[in-house]
Amino acid sequence: MSNPLATQIADLKLSNPTMLAAGVLGYTGLSMKRVIESGAGAVVTKSMGLEPRTGYCNPTVVQTDCGLLNAMGLPNPGISHFKEEMQELNKLEAPTIFSIYGFSPEDFAEVAKIAVEIGAAAVELNVSCPHVKKVGAQVGSDPSLLMEIVKRVQNQIDKPVIVKLTPNVTDITEIAQAAQKAGADAICAINTVKAMAIDPETCKPILANKYGGLSGPAIKPVGVRCVYDIYDAVDIPIIGCGGISNWQDAVEYLLAGACALQIGTAIAFQDITVFKSVTDGITNYLEHKGFNNIKDIIGLAHEM
Amino acid sequence: MQAHSHKCSHKSSIESANRMRTVELLEVKEENCTTKTLTFQDQICKLAEPGQFLMVWIPGVDEIPISLSGIRCDGVTSITVNAVGDATRVLNQKKKGEIIGIRGPFGKGFVPVKGNVMVIGGGTGLGPMMPLTEKLVETASKITVMSGVKCQDNLLFLDRIAKLLCDVNSETICTTEDGSYGFEGLVTSQLEKKLANEKVDMIYTCGPEPMMYHVFRLAEQYNVPVQASLERIMRCGIGLCGSCVIGEIRVCKDGPVLTSEQLRRIKDEFGKSRLDWTGKKVKQ
Repeated sequence: MSNPLATQIADLKLSNPTMLAAGVLGYTGLSMKRVIESGAGAVVTKSMGLEPRTGYCNPTVVQTDCGLLNAMGLPNPGISHFKEEMQELNKLEAPTIFSIYGFSPEDFAEVAKIAVEIGAAAVELNVSCPHVKKVGAQVGSDPSLLMEIVKRVQNQIDKPVIVKLTPNVTDITEIAQAAQKAGADAICAINTVKAMAIDPETCKPILANKYGGLSGPAIKPVGVRCVYDIYDAVDIPIIGCGGISNWQDAVEYLLAGACALQIGTAIAFQDITVFKSVTDGITNYLEHKGFNNIKDIIGLAHEM
Repeated sequence: MQAHSHKCSHKSSIESANRMRTVELLEVKEENCTTKTLTFQDQICKLAEPGQFLMVWIPGVDEIPISLSGIRCDGVTSITVNAVGDATRVLNQKKKGEIIGIRGPFGKGFVPVKGNVMVIGGGTGLGPMMPLTEKLVETASKITVMSGVKCQDNLLFLDRIAKLLCDVNSETICTTEDGSYGFEGLVTSQLEKKLANEKVDMIYTCGPEPMMYHVFRLAEQYNVPVQASLERIMRCGIGLCGSCVIGEIRVCKDGPVLTSEQLRRIKDEFGKSRLDWTGKKVKQ
């Protein structure tokens, strides 16, 4: 009997649609292995660049009424140092996707090449981090620069290239179309929403970096809207991300047009068991509604 | 359809503990030449377990993890801080009436047991052992508190320990590396003597990791269970960022207090390596 939760992003086959979102855990092989063993269909590493980065000073995380704000500053040991961590992950069936960033198209291509050499099943281009200048959202809101990056990475590797988009743009479909035109294999939408928090007692911004990215339930409606719009604008697969905390959120993204889902912030509040509760919930939903598999519901909200 | 109601109360309690609260310092007490105890009022902290920690915000400077050294049912809470870095130095210069920010309490704390227990603190690691000992006087049949420091000037909480243990079957052992007070040498030498002569039911420890690693090895040798409070770089405090992972364990969420079983699972890294600020594994 075929697996009703099986899904595919370009050549990448997943036993279920849930994935660990970039930036969460993702430093070590063993911590990501635990996420896979807890039920995730794939994991995405911390965003890695050519050189090590220490990230920003604390505070790097703020809880707000409606979501979690963070500005870590892309801390990572540098792509080459990650080889050792891949030893355990390469043995597992669930794929490891490398989130990568760079300060130039050449950087992106170089990091992508090393990522694939050490075992990346796909790369996810972080062109959407809202709080690090010259990389991230500045790149992801410039269609011509984004196209150059995607083309260079595509020329360098033969694994799927996923582009993770920022919602902090006027028209996300324009950026998604640029990514598709340049040869991207899939889109991931969305990264965090640029935001900040100020403490009334001390009158200071709380994050050391002042600005951060808002994640969690607050941004789910924004993410669902972006996925819905992108689904109409491109022909490549979309990975939904942003505020997925339970199976209902997951189903909403699937109905909007996502074929896979990334989960991050919910891990803090429900622990790593969230992957299993989401996949169990999707299975129950499919049975209850009489669908054979998740492919039957991807983008279904567009037919209404 | 699945029910999710049981998740909601858990989720909201973590979310509310994770809210940054600013608190006014009620008292700043000098414990020794480099260490101070800062006291403040916080209603969420009154529910803390011994061994849990706070993320302490020093506005304009940093936010650092510190274990609770005092937990009271009226919400009067304390942290004990050794001035070893920029953040702790600024924190220790704070005066009564000044403001700090706190998030937490986070993580899993010590579980008090019955029987003959050893409580071992290395340096400021004795801090979280104070609220633990307050609980243990209710449960344990005998408590031995061991405090290991470099020299007499680094000793902490002697009066507090004496007052806590005055009415129970107990013993207090101090060691100094230079022999200026109590036994000369490392606290682990005294632990080994105890283990060779007494049936011990639980060892609790917090302090420098080489010390705790030695405690763990001795405990394994004598088949005694351990609860050890580990320290790592922490950013989020809620199990998300991964800065504190050791093996598959997140020290901020699965710890900071780890059991013998958990310590065995991370034996390749415990006492040997840790992640630096870039997430790279480096030797201890």
